[in-house]
Amino acid sequence: MSNLKFRSDKKFRRPPLGAWPWITPAIILIATWVFWPAFEMVRTSFREVSRSGLILGYVGFQNYAELLARPELVTIFARTFFWVIIIVFFTAIISLPLASLLNQKFPGLTVVRWFIILPWAASVFSTALTFNWMLNGYYGFFNRLLVDLKIIDDPIDWLGYPAVALAWMVAVAVFVSLPFTSFVLLAGLQTIPNEIREAAQVDGSSPWRTYWRIIFPLLRPALLVALVINLINVFNNFPIIWVITQGGPGNSTDVTTTFMYKLAFRMQEMGQSAALATFNFVIIFLFILLFLRVSGWRKQNEN
Amino acid sequence: MKTNQFFKTSLIAISAYAVAFVFAVPYLHMLTTATKPDDELFMIPASYVPSNWQWNNFIETFNNAPIATYLKNSVIISLAATLVVLVVALPAAYYVARFKFRGRAVFLLLVLVTQMLSPVALVVGIYREVVTLGLVNTYTSLVLVSAAFNLAFAIWIMAGFFASIPSEIEDAAFIDGCSRFMALRKITIPLALPGIATALIFTFIAAWNEFVIALTLTSTVEKRPLTVGINTFIGQYQVQWNYLFAAAFISIIPVVILFGLIQKWLVSGLTAGSIK
Repeated sequence: MSNLKFRSDKKFRRPPLGAWPWITPAIILIATWVFWPAFEMVRTSFREVSRSGLILGYVGFQNYAELLARPELVTIFARTFFWVIIIVFFTAIISLPLASLLNQKFPGLTVVRWFIILPWAASVFSTALTFNWMLNGYYGFFNRLLVDLKIIDDPIDWLGYPAVALAWMVAVAVFVSLPFTSFVLLAGLQTIPNEIREAAQVDGSSPWRTYWRIIFPLLRPALLVALVINLINVFNNFPIIWVITQGGPGNSTDVTTTFMYKLAFRMQEMGQSAALATFNFVIIFLFILLFLRVSGWRKQNEN
Repeated sequence: MKTNQFFKTSLIAISAYAVAFVFAVPYLHMLTTATKPDDELFMIPASYVPSNWQWNNFIETFNNAPIATYLKNSVIISLAATLVVLVVALPAAYYVARFKFRGRAVFLLLVLVTQMLSPVALVVGIYREVVTLGLVNTYTSLVLVSAAFNLAFAIWIMAGFFASIPSEIEDAAFIDGCSRFMALRKITIPLALPGIATALIFTFIAAWNEFVIALTLTSTVEKRPLTVGINTFIGQYQVQWNYLFAAAFISIIPVVILFGLIQKWLVSGLTAGSIK
């Protein structure tokens, strides 16, 4: 969006009523379904809401106090933090070579790209559902495969242990994050002229050295943008954990989004859920600021 | 030298095929589970492929749960959301791409912030708002939420395409006596069609795959889309994974095809918007 060129050429006829007829519908839609809910959410966080959904009045910071007093909260925040960082890290590590692979020329390239897109196209919900069944301790595909490959001796109840379940869910989250990140990197690679590679080759630079000295630095802007978007997506993710463990056993695999959902719709603590959501919202806003910095958005739109 | 090149290409191709296979595994598993006979589902250890492929399960699943209703709901919600995005995003994208105006930077920032937010982050607020408006368990709420959260991306992609069409072409049409709407309809929109199609298909897919909002806002079978419908399948019955996956597989076919069609433009659109 940052690089949109527009014509300031006076000769180009401007519609008589200016910008408003063209952009107002968009502003209304965004205002009613993004900004109103945001406002409503913050307001609810300062209110007492009955179990049946009646507003019982303002309670100041009581919801925040009750939320922060929950013993599981610190763990959930810490878990969310590591969950996001680890997923984004592994996604980057795997996407870089994957993007380079997809940038090569070989027969069947289009079909291969189509396969890589699968986890992006299919809903995260159905992918998570499949993994849920593949990880089943008795009837699951992974137990059969890993026993056959002699990697494990006996079937394991993967989802019965919080740490193991979390590790698998990290893998699933990386899996569904790979297509987007790889394709952004691929597009980044394609903007690098081949002459640069050839010049490096002529100068006797090895492919490995060329990659790290020349290609990677040029790819850095694309990588950063992909990482921040991925960061936001992973932070907002809900279906993976919800479908695979529902945050269980207990709250042992909850992150902020799943816990927020439980607070609102399982424990009927709408106010506390809104308070947690408000925290989340602030964090996402910080991510957005980070994004703007990383993508150099402000510099290009200052006019 | 030539054999060396051949060897290198083969090596690259083989590793790419291997990666593609790994990516396909969960979806192949979906297919093989969907086609297993009932008694083979709970075999220990699991079988890799059905001993007896039950393609019939794809039809049986419709008798087993109200899949047809869910499917209908998904189609209605996704198409309506796509239509709303078309009507709302297209004019905004066109104007932003063509003209400088007061508040343009603010408007673009607004769009960008929307792009970064997801319905999950606002689920409590959306729920409260929908209760206030009396729109719980309606198509309207699901359609408008999906449209609103996909608007930003649609504006972003369409504006990129509009900006790449020289305004001189429209100028020429004006000189020939075309009105702006005629010039748009006859010249600009046809030229920007790949961008418009990409934005719309992307919206359709996102609405089709949406889960959290539909989970929160629907309470009856009559209004549930496929994702939530499949999810309730799990709680209600002794889980018959073969029918469940048959339904899930049916739900991913249209999106995978659509996504393949826009592959090329989607990626260039993504980067045009964010990098450079």
